[in-house]
Amino acid sequence: MLTIATGNKAVAAAVKEAGPAVIAAYPITPQTEIVEQIAEFVTSGAMPARYIAVESEHSAMAACIGASITGVRTFTATSSHGLLYMHEMTNWAAGARLPIVMVNVNRSIGPGWNIWAEHTDALQERDTGWLQVYVSTVQEAYDATLMAFRIAEHNDVLLPVMVNLDGFLLSHIMQPLETVEAGDFIPPIRLPHAIDPKSPAGYGTLTGPDQQFLFRWEIERSMRDSVAVIQETERDFAKRYGRKYGPTEDYRCNDAEIVIIALGTLGKEAEVAVDLLRNEGIKAGSMRIRWLRPFPALELAGKEVVVIDRDYSFGFGGILAHEIRAKTGIRLFSVIAGIGGQEVTYDDIAGFVRERRMGAEYWFGVNARV
Amino acid sequence: MTEIPKEEYVLKCTSACAGCSSSLILRYVLKAAGPDTVLVVPACCTSVIQGIYPNTAMNIPVYNIAFAAAAACASGMSAAFQAAGKKTRVIVYAGDGGTVDIGIQALSGAFERRADFLYICYDNEAYGNTGMQRSGATPVGARTTTTPGGKTDTKKDLDRIVEAHNPPYMATACSAYPQDLFKKVSRALAIPGPKFIHVLAPCPPGWRFPTEKTIEVGKLAVKTGMWVLYEREFGKLSISGPSRGAMKKPLALDDYLAMQGRFKGINKESVDKLMAEAERNRARLAREEEGIC
Repeated sequence: MLTIATGNKAVAAAVKEAGPAVIAAYPITPQTEIVEQIAEFVTSGAMPARYIAVESEHSAMAACIGASITGVRTFTATSSHGLLYMHEMTNWAAGARLPIVMVNVNRSIGPGWNIWAEHTDALQERDTGWLQVYVSTVQEAYDATLMAFRIAEHNDVLLPVMVNLDGFLLSHIMQPLETVEAGDFIPPIRLPHAIDPKSPAGYGTLTGPDQQFLFRWEIERSMRDSVAVIQETERDFAKRYGRKYGPTEDYRCNDAEIVIIALGTLGKEAEVAVDLLRNEGIKAGSMRIRWLRPFPALELAGKEVVVIDRDYSFGFGGILAHEIRAKTGIRLFSVIAGIGGQEVTYDDIAGFVRERRMGAEYWFGVNARV
Repeated sequence: MTEIPKEEYVLKCTSACAGCSSSLILRYVLKAAGPDTVLVVPACCTSVIQGIYPNTAMNIPVYNIAFAAAAACASGMSAAFQAAGKKTRVIVYAGDGGTVDIGIQALSGAFERRADFLYICYDNEAYGNTGMQRSGATPVGARTTTTPGGKTDTKKDLDRIVEAHNPPYMATACSAYPQDLFKKVSRALAIPGPKFIHVLAPCPPGWRFPTEKTIEVGKLAVKTGMWVLYEREFGKLSISGPSRGAMKKPLALDDYLAMQGRFKGINKESVDKLMAEAERNRARLAREEEGIC
């Protein structure tokens, strides 16, 4: 059905279509609309689920863990400080191999109280064992949320999935949305290690050094296996619903000499900048990273690369820039822009490309040269 | 006499210390609960007692969870069982640190939401698993590794905090009275909603008494009126049989304190505080039972 919705409403609609049995969530700006809409669905009977209005994000994830280990589908949503507050439990969810789906609305971290878009919240969860996907449109927020359940619950994966959308820039803006009927796109959940009192087992018991590293390796093995599951899921999604997704979204990259790389809405904005630059005779392209974990294989040999980070690792550099450098070994121009919701237009992005200096780092709005 | 089932759910070969009351408590809790039960355990002595992977000494599923998260995890689990139409019982088995300190927010939230599970706090009055550091449940005057001069603050009154949530059932118990405990667990599990049982768990290495004295120390805690056994069902309080005598005429506190190395050298001020706290507690419970407050 064609409609119009905010990113948050699109997420809620996708969750309704996926039909989790238990939702446990705590409100935080700019995620609130998601949980309000789901609470409305549950109260009105449109969604036959249990909605647990927990007293904190730590408890939100703990409640999802308790529900998920019984073998039912679970969902939560959060943002910024909420995500950081549940950090202990996000590690637990992945370690316990629970296919929980969470939507994180990317937001800056205090102090001060800044509620606008930034990716440092989710990037601080990089190493927890969660799959992470970043979206750039309302439609993609819907589609990625729906696909997240199938990917997480696939028995080759059994890891939690985090769908990231930019606070306000996507959570609160309205765009056209085509909703779908999931039908058998998401098969019934089957958790092989679900709790069964008829077959008692200890979960997360005291584990010695000779076993713990094997459990950690199992997470990594499934992370690698998830690449094929994501591909198969996105292929089936395209076949059924006509919209194509991949590990990156490439725009005019084939013959590009300069590639702009970013996450989320900045990556979409970069496509407009590419058109501007092409008109000036600069052969630019945009490669928006969608899946941050598992991290995609990038083909960047022989190209000049400009990475825009809406995040930062203090004392080191832009987090995405570092990931790309580490994976590809290329030199790049690292731009830090958009932190705390700082406005970054396609004109600004085109400017980053025109003034690129490979090997340098540039803080937009702070100084000309770093 | 209450019939105690012969089935065992805490099997042999646990890694509990000699004379451990916590495994004794758990044995009776699970006998009352039966096989269709899941235990949710935050970090505490029981995390270790249940055994080392891939083995377990527990004959029911045990879900181990992070320190602060037991009540939240149990509330999600019980909602999921309900959603799936299952009647499996969910019991949190948590120590005092995981309850009165780091876990109290999750406990409060779950009880306010009327989540359907039984929360059992086995209280050995310190962080036992990490080697006896003070907790909010440590009594005044007790020496722990972080209160080497004796704790200067009084024990947090957990039961009054829980009572403020108006659970349909709450009770106290003590490892020295397993039949009383068994009856209370059975009664609690027959009631839907959040239930709470606070069990005193004397700890030989932590309280520093000989391992064969676990039951004796527990009985003295009750007979001196330091620990009062009662249950409160739908707001109606009744003092349990073993505490009736102490409510009228408690034994002198000296023997209870003298048996435990943790109270060695306790000063008069701390003893007075301990006694005053215990007297206040008994007086309040007596008034409530008589319907005066």
